[in-house]
Amino acid sequence: MANLVIAEHDHGSLKAATLNVISAASVIGGEVHVLVAGHNAKAAAEAASQVAGVAKVLLADGDAHAHRLPENTAAQVVAAASAYSHILAPATPYGKAVAPRVAALLDKAQISDIIKVIDADTFMRPIYAGNAYATVKSSDSVKVLTVRGTAFAAAAKTGGSGVVENVSPIADSGVSTFVSAELVKSERPELAAAKIIVSGGRGLGSGEKYREVLTPLADKLGAAMGASRAAVDAGYVPNDYQVGQTGKIVAPDLYIAIGVSGAIQHLAGMKDSKVIVAINKDPDAPIFSVADYGLVADLFEAVPELASKL
Amino acid sequence: MKVLVPVKRVVDYNVKVRVKADNSGVDIANVKMSMNPFCEIAVEEAVRLKEKGAATEIIAVSAGVAQCQETLRNAMAIGADRGILIETDVELQPLAVAKLLKAVVDREQPQLVILGKQAIDDDANQTGQMLAALLGWGQATFASKVEIEGNTAKVTCEVDGGLETISVKLPAIITTDLRLNEPRYATLPNIMKAKKKQLDTLKPADLGVDVTPRLTTLKVEEPPKRKGGVKVADVAALIDKLKNEAKVI
Ligand SMILES: Cc1cc2nc3c(=O)[nH]c(=O)nc-3n(C[C@H](O)[C@H](O)[C@H](O)COP(=O)(O)OP(=O)(O)OC[C@H]3O[C@@H](n4cnc5c(N)ncnc54)[C@H](O)[C@@H]3O)c2cc1C
Ligand SMILES: Nc1ncnc2c1ncn2[C@@H]1O[C@H](COP(=O)(O)O)[C@@H](O)[C@H]1O
Repeated sequence: MANLVIAEHDHGSLKAATLNVISAASVIGGEVHVLVAGHNAKAAAEAASQVAGVAKVLLADGDAHAHRLPENTAAQVVAAASAYSHILAPATPYGKAVAPRVAALLDKAQISDIIKVIDADTFMRPIYAGNAYATVKSSDSVKVLTVRGTAFAAAAKTGGSGVVENVSPIADSGVSTFVSAELVKSERPELAAAKIIVSGGRGLGSGEKYREVLTPLADKLGAAMGASRAAVDAGYVPNDYQVGQTGKIVAPDLYIAIGVSGAIQHLAGMKDSKVIVAINKDPDAPIFSVADYGLVADLFEAVPELASKL
Repeated sequence: MKVLVPVKRVVDYNVKVRVKADNSGVDIANVKMSMNPFCEIAVEEAVRLKEKGAATEIIAVSAGVAQCQETLRNAMAIGADRGILIETDVELQPLAVAKLLKAVVDREQPQLVILGKQAIDDDANQTGQMLAALLGWGQATFASKVEIEGNTAKVTCEVDGGLETISVKLPAIITTDLRLNEPRYATLPNIMKAKKKQLDTLKPADLGVDVTPRLTTLKVEEPPKRKGGVKVADVAALIDKLKNEAKVI
């Protein structure tokens, strides 16, 4: 049987996380189909059809999908579900909102945040903030999975030749409506897909200092910017900067943690980075236990010096 | 408006769990257990709704072993009015919990169920959404602000890229994110009062729910360890390492 990937998209294009899910689906084996539930989303469907490994794209284009409300997306997935052995979504806020709804409607368990496919029924996933990896086997006929993007290389955006098939969009559930969005526009690379991340914690002291001290370094490196929960809670930066167990999971080539102590919940989100640098004035800060290169220094001196010497 | 708040008993967030030598699971014998932090936030939000006059009664529900009573008492000390324990020694997975909670919702008819977005032991992030699906209700996940306006809840949700506000018809499901509120500390008088509040115990069979696990854990292992790194003397040494040893810049 085939695998169905629930695409995350903005109607015009695919979100990067979708590409990682497509590769996870390819690892499972069988045909990979992608569902694009959107509004005027032909462009996103066509983009999906080009992705390497995709055999078919189901495009459900309708008003009900204009704001990608999870009630509607889930109903659309369930309408198509009978043809699939595996249904996969990215472990992003969108995928996490939709996939469990699908699973419950199908009366199937969900396996969240998989990091490895062992076989078609068996998957590895982190538990306890990544302090343990569990290998879990499902006895359900349909597996509903969310996929941790950093664990699967992105599928190539081109090279595929999937067919786009229109499916009739479901009607709006009527239980929820979109009101407004406050999205932060950034010229920087997306956190989850960035090669280099400059991340700041409570040690920065304020939002002004966060920007003043970290921006020149991030600019020099072409880096995305991240933060600890404490920095987000204190209002230095918006919520979607948060890296960690309950924020974003990242694994860049280089992660520079500045004024971050290294609580286990933070480490859960970044300890798979290839190279970790920590700059902290406390030589005993736990972040040093995972850092390849640690610099014990006052960040307000070390970071500007680092930016200027690069 | 009645509000139901499911609360889970989990290993305290400060405990670093150890994997058992036989790889059968993590060792949670003799470790500190607490209410899942996201559930504390859910209880706090319900209490604030009551203080604002939007909620009339708050019922905390916990499914699991007998010791979940402590978690319920804790919820009642924060301000829940009564508690329901669904007692079982069977390992409960999110789908089973959602079914148990649906049965409680059918009995109690709340207008709002507030859950944590995620339990910090299984990190599943499923139960609220599953419950919403089973009930056919709307859901607002990862909430950082909740306003009750007549028959709807206006909820600001944390999404990729920022915030999104949606309006959900009541009855509805809300799951809490970290920034929704800061839970109050239970005061000693409130802890004492909580001991006298009503706590009912049910079994899954009383609710007619089959909680048999669908997933089997074959193995639990330590994640790969990072190799210990080095401390560098100064910024120049750091740049040298990054350029010439790690070759990442
Ligand atoms: C349920 C739950 C979920 C959580 N999820 C997350 C999560 O997803 N992500 C996350 O990050 N946290 C999370 N946390 C919070 C986590 O436990 C920590 O509280 C948080 O990560 C601490 O942030 P911090 O390192 O910025 O702050 P602190 O721990 O206060 O550390 C600040 C650091 O800055 C250093 N410093 C201060 N001044 C300077 C200076 N001038 N120069 C150099 N260094 C300096 C200090 O030495 C210190 O090490 C969660 C907590 C809970 C309970
Ligand atoms: N055994 C349980 N008893 C009561 N509530 C639970 C239980 N398991 C999960 N929940 C609720 O569901 C939320 C999300 O849990 P999970 O889906 O396991 O990550 C928790 O924060 C609780 O509000």
